[in-house]
Amino acid sequence: MSHARFHPDLLRLDCSAEAARIEEMLKRVVLRQFRKRGLVVGLSGGIDSSVVATIATRALGRERVFGLLMPERDSADETLTLSRTVAEHLGIDHALEDISLILDAAGCYKRRDDAIKRLIPDYSPGDKCKLVLPPLTEQESYRLFKIVVQHKDGRTAQAALDLKSYLTVVAASNFKQRTRKMLEYYYADSMNFAVAGTPNLLEYDQGFFVKLGDGAADVKPIAHLYKTQVYQLAEFLQVPEVIRQRPPTTDTYSLPQSQEEFYFSLPYGKMDMVLYGKNHGYSAADIAPHVGLSEKQVQVVFRDIESKRHAAAYLHSPPVLVETSA
Amino acid sequence: MDASKQVRDFIITNFLYGDGANLKDDTSLLDSGTIDSTGVLELIMFLEETFKLKIDPEDITPENLDSVQKIVRFLSHKPAVAVSAA
Repeated sequence: MSHARFHPDLLRLDCSAEAARIEEMLKRVVLRQFRKRGLVVGLSGGIDSSVVATIATRALGRERVFGLLMPERDSADETLTLSRTVAEHLGIDHALEDISLILDAAGCYKRRDDAIKRLIPDYSPGDKCKLVLPPLTEQESYRLFKIVVQHKDGRTAQAALDLKSYLTVVAASNFKQRTRKMLEYYYADSMNFAVAGTPNLLEYDQGFFVKLGDGAADVKPIAHLYKTQVYQLAEFLQVPEVIRQRPPTTDTYSLPQSQEEFYFSLPYGKMDMVLYGKNHGYSAADIAPHVGLSEKQVQVVFRDIESKRHAAAYLHSPPVLVETSA
Repeated sequence: MDASKQVRDFIITNFLYGDGANLKDDTSLLDSGTIDSTGVLELIMFLEETFKLKIDPEDITPENLDSVQKIVRFLSHKPAVAVSAA
């Protein structure tokens, strides 16, 4: 395939033009197509939701954007502060809904904790945990999750997850994203607003979302942008620096967990480059020198991308209907 | 039923939905996209329950599990399991 030499600058964005394009889409779709009065944005204090809220405010006006702050028991200490920082910086109305009680009532924490106790019997509520994947290597291997636990006395333990435990821990954790989306739609319905989704391209393409949780939305204004580009846009939009400096996190488990520990093979900057390269027909040999990996490692990441895309197809799929016979 | 047929039948039923025409004994389950990471966990559960053994985390490698042939060979080396390869 004949095209420009592969280089990280291929991800450079014309932020002014891109912001204008997204703003036009929001005005056209939210106001005219959906005939909604505004947009609800769940604010996690992370870069993606902050960019979406900022660009929505520019497009629709601050009176037509509503921010929802939805921390829970396992949220990082800074999550609420950073969420509030974004809302106050933009001057948008917002509400705080701590979802811990809803999650408790649904058994989110108990179902997860019971699954972990099967593997680590002295795990008890109040201990911290996270799921981790092994690091990427050159050898083809199965990237199977382990559960890492930090007991209240500081001791740590870890165990490989069997099928039942893995599925249960993930299913229980998915209550969090689905509960947040339930509240976003409550506010949207009560205000005749639409609901924004905040995934970036990496997350959207690779299925890093919960079906009918953070995967549900009426518009997804940055789902076409690589995370690197979201950061560029954040700087252009003057999103507060404290948000731009925050390392990406899942903010789903009680132990700090990076997105590459949990899901992606690589830190987002490198993942973006590999994904961009793959999407535009570049070879592993073209990409490897720019991401500090061997050609073989890039090929392993290529395969991981395809595998996740395959799984993501189910997450993206709307309900399948039976064709009418008439 | 010998181990090879049991393993083939499990893979065809659970991951290929009855269509085993392209599944040879040496077909790479990873390369062919037949099994993903969650599928590996299902395969392990099947092997442990069917052949009454415990698979250690360090044994969960493509070298041991990535084809019908490799799985049968792996099973034949596990203690206290009588395996009859095809």
